[in-house]
Amino acid sequence: MSHSAAEVLPEQNERTPVLSARNVVKHFPVRSGGLIRRQIGEVQAVSGVSFDIYERETLALVGESGCGKSTTARVVLNLQPATDGEVRFEGTDLNTLNRKDLQRLRREMQIVFQDPYASVDPRMPVNEIIAEPLRIHGLYDKGGRDRVRELLATVGLRPEHGNRYPHEFSGGQRQRIGIARALALRPKLLVLDEPVSALDVSIQAGVLNLLQDLQAEFGLSYLFVSHDLSVVRHISDRIAVMYLGKIVETAPSEELFSNPAHPYTQALISAIPVPDPRKERTRERIVITGDVPSPANPPSGCRFRTRCPKFANELSDAERTKCIDEEPLLVDRGQGHPSACHYAQVRQLI
Amino acid sequence: MPEPSTTETTAAKRQDSKSGAVEREFTVQERGQFQLVVRRFFQHRLAVISLVLLVVIVLLAYIGGWLWKYGPEDITPDNSEAPSLEHPFGTDAVGKDMLANVLRGTQISLQISVLVAIFSTVVGTIWGAVAGYYRGWVDTVLMRISDLVLTLPLLAVAAVLAHNVGGSWWLIAVVIAGLYWAYVSRVARGVVLSLREKEFIEAARALGAGDGRIIFRHLVPNALGSVIVNATILVSIGILLETALSFLGFGVRAPDTSLGLLVSSAQTAVDTRPWLFYFPGLFIILIALTINFIGDGLRDAFDPQQTKVRA
Amino acid sequence: MTSFDSQTTADPVLSVEDLTVQFPSDDGLVQAVRGVSYQLDRGEVLGVVGESGSGKSVTSMAIMGLLPRTARVSGRIDFKGRNLLELSEKEMTRVRGSGVAMVFQDPMTSLNPVYPVGDQIAEAITAHHDVRKEVARKQAVELLDLVRIPNPQQRATEYPHQLSGGMRQRVVIAIAIANRPEVIIADEPTTALDVTVQAQVLDALQAAKEETGAAMVLITHDLGVIAGQADRVQVMYAGKVVEAGTVDDIFYTPRMPYTLGLLGSLPRLDIKSERLTPIAGAPPSVVNMPPGCPFSPRCPMAADICDREEPTLEPTTDGRHVSACHFRDDLAGREPTDLFNPTSVDDAEAVAAGEKNE
Repeated sequence: MSHSAAEVLPEQNERTPVLSARNVVKHFPVRSGGLIRRQIGEVQAVSGVSFDIYERETLALVGESGCGKSTTARVVLNLQPATDGEVRFEGTDLNTLNRKDLQRLRREMQIVFQDPYASVDPRMPVNEIIAEPLRIHGLYDKGGRDRVRELLATVGLRPEHGNRYPHEFSGGQRQRIGIARALALRPKLLVLDEPVSALDVSIQAGVLNLLQDLQAEFGLSYLFVSHDLSVVRHISDRIAVMYLGKIVETAPSEELFSNPAHPYTQALISAIPVPDPRKERTRERIVITGDVPSPANPPSGCRFRTRCPKFANELSDAERTKCIDEEPLLVDRGQGHPSACHYAQVRQLI
Repeated sequence: MPEPSTTETTAAKRQDSKSGAVEREFTVQERGQFQLVVRRFFQHRLAVISLVLLVVIVLLAYIGGWLWKYGPEDITPDNSEAPSLEHPFGTDAVGKDMLANVLRGTQISLQISVLVAIFSTVVGTIWGAVAGYYRGWVDTVLMRISDLVLTLPLLAVAAVLAHNVGGSWWLIAVVIAGLYWAYVSRVARGVVLSLREKEFIEAARALGAGDGRIIFRHLVPNALGSVIVNATILVSIGILLETALSFLGFGVRAPDTSLGLLVSSAQTAVDTRPWLFYFPGLFIILIALTINFIGDGLRDAFDPQQTKVRA
Repeated sequence: MTSFDSQTTADPVLSVEDLTVQFPSDDGLVQAVRGVSYQLDRGEVLGVVGESGSGKSVTSMAIMGLLPRTARVSGRIDFKGRNLLELSEKEMTRVRGSGVAMVFQDPMTSLNPVYPVGDQIAEAITAHHDVRKEVARKQAVELLDLVRIPNPQQRATEYPHQLSGGMRQRVVIAIAIANRPEVIIADEPTTALDVTVQAQVLDALQAAKEETGAAMVLITHDLGVIAGQADRVQVMYAGKVVEAGTVDDIFYTPRMPYTLGLLGSLPRLDIKSERLTPIAGAPPSVVNMPPGCPFSPRCPMAADICDREEPTLEPTTDGRHVSACHFRDDLAGREPTDLFNPTSVDDAEAVAAGEKNE
């Protein structure tokens, strides 16, 4: 699948992306039970995803449960091996690296998890949690202690907090600890997997502000995985919308919200409630019915067709045949950014 | 409605937060993980009583045994005497003081049980943790061996091994431990299986941690709760198993003595000279019970069953 | 004891008066709910908003009589002329499901995995009414249709695990309205669902409400859902109602700093915001609370009086819009950015002292 050039901002064309994914595929085998477990099918979690992330920018991967965004994030970090496809960090193909080099590459790409309660070891004091990456890579002996203190301050915690255990902190503070840990090795890229979804709303804002500050201060790139379009609008530069293992639309942030072209994006935008009673009650709604198909058995052609309001209400039979038989490619169809719909049409919703 | 309190208290609370406590308004007193466990343990009355009692027994066995005027081997002119001031636990047919023997037997029995607990816990935990972490064929092989050991009829095998190996107490301990680690390995494996899916393990891997680090620095410490509870139960089982073995004649042998051996030797005298039977028996029961209750207390302390209410 | 709502409509369907719920715990008495009062009118949707520790769920559990036995409850809950807190367990079971019905967050635990969903709905009907099984089953299919489940005849024979999360939740709603309750309490009904599914479930909830004419208490932390569904809103913090009013009152003319803070910390789908204004610090633990307003440690407007005296709910813009803040009138026309800093620091005191994370 070709990567559309229209999506890349002009001044970035010459730079090497910090992270580059091409046709990443991740399938999980489904095995039958019993002694000899044959493979009887496969869950197609990620089916050919491509994107680039440049320096100091935030690319958001947005989608609902089962779309494959979290799996994509883990494959990109090599926490899970890809079934197929290529991931390059600053030009280097991760597949070509041996174990030792991959270990060193870990220092450049780190991850912050969703659940602040489960993502830190409850038996370790905070200082140890943050020091661990330094210890693993042999960087603790020289000034490790100071570095830990520095990191605590960077995320807005106090040095005395270092001696305490995770259960003594609130969710927002634990997430900050997780961020401090991820920053310890001075990575270039941070993958953030739903980093604020588990936090109270008033706390969420503080962590989002922190992430913005850190990006500005350290020149970080973010791969921001989320289901929350409001959060994504606030923090990301570019957005890729995923459905059932594929990217269905990708655009710069403002562009996506003002000119969504793919029916799924449109439905997603229209479904998200807005905290403004008048607006919320007078909005145009695009309702999609039905459930997400199983990733083990995705629909033929366009994967969204089983729930697509356009397919159900607006297309002729002849047009529908195309949706059933032919998978739409992710290309610019005249809207200024790529979308994967044979009949993509911009609809302004907000 | 909040109770009225003086401004002093409020000021004190403000002062507290200024001095660098964790930033939580109306903080509850901070406690480390360990202190929380200890505190919860002490709320379990039965466990605390048992702990005290056990400590008394241990002190009695070692210090008391050391201080007591008679040794277990000393032959006195008083044969088969009922308990008296001179011999609080009476004497046996040969004239040995029973108090000294029971204390000595307690020492040995405790030593055996503790050794069993430590050995099987260490071996079993590592075995189970490795199996649970790697899964796949490693898990299969390790756990099938463990299962095999579990299918062996404990008493029979222990009896045969002990018989061949001899009667010194530490060998008995090794024999029992050699069969008991399998139970621990199952528990450890179960705990590790559930832990390894937790995000903090994934986080460690993302940081570049190797398998060894993950197993020993993350999985094992977090599994320690269940494992320690299990270990205390093992001590209790160890006592009873040693008693059974010695009772059958396959355990500790003279010149060593153990509570089980004492009970065994006194079988025939139950009606005629009950003190020979009941005192060692009483000690066996006390030790097993107290350890059981301590184990209960530990289990509650590590994993309290609270009803969670959402707010 | 608050006496707001003096101009209430004559016929509230549910009336909660000075409800207090406490739980004994290791650390002391947890004051989960500290004197909550409100009235629910017929057919209205009351949105209850709050973050963790606010007591919003405990309040509704108290109404349903589902609190653990260790809970100490006091106050009154008037429903159809009776105080629910004084009813025996047997009497409460009769009220539950037919008078007051509840929809919980997790549909998987509300449904019995071994029975087909149609049967479960039918069972809810036969538990309260003396009808034949076939009649109940037929009604069950009609209810499934009402909550917009396609192919209801077929679905009624399926088991919970065969349905998706959104469908299960709709089945739960069908069970809730099976006996035409007068009050439906929905506690975070869509929190665990995807956003497109959330829209479907909220739709079903609305249909359910319209069909039965029931009043609804909608508990959620999602202000967007509240904006779209609620008629009146109640904001809870640390076990108390800190502001209540119509949905327009709360969103357009908030009169309590916490409400302002909440509104300012939300990233918006429709507006590109450069910087959010979080509320520094964390919700307080409701054990051993000192006197004064529970929000004062995090409040940018806090003054001495705030630490001494806990403010009561008093009317502001009109009789039914009440707020618990000593400075409620000073908040007229203020925006969240007027009060809160767009900081990234979590430390309430540091923010108050003027430190900024630059």
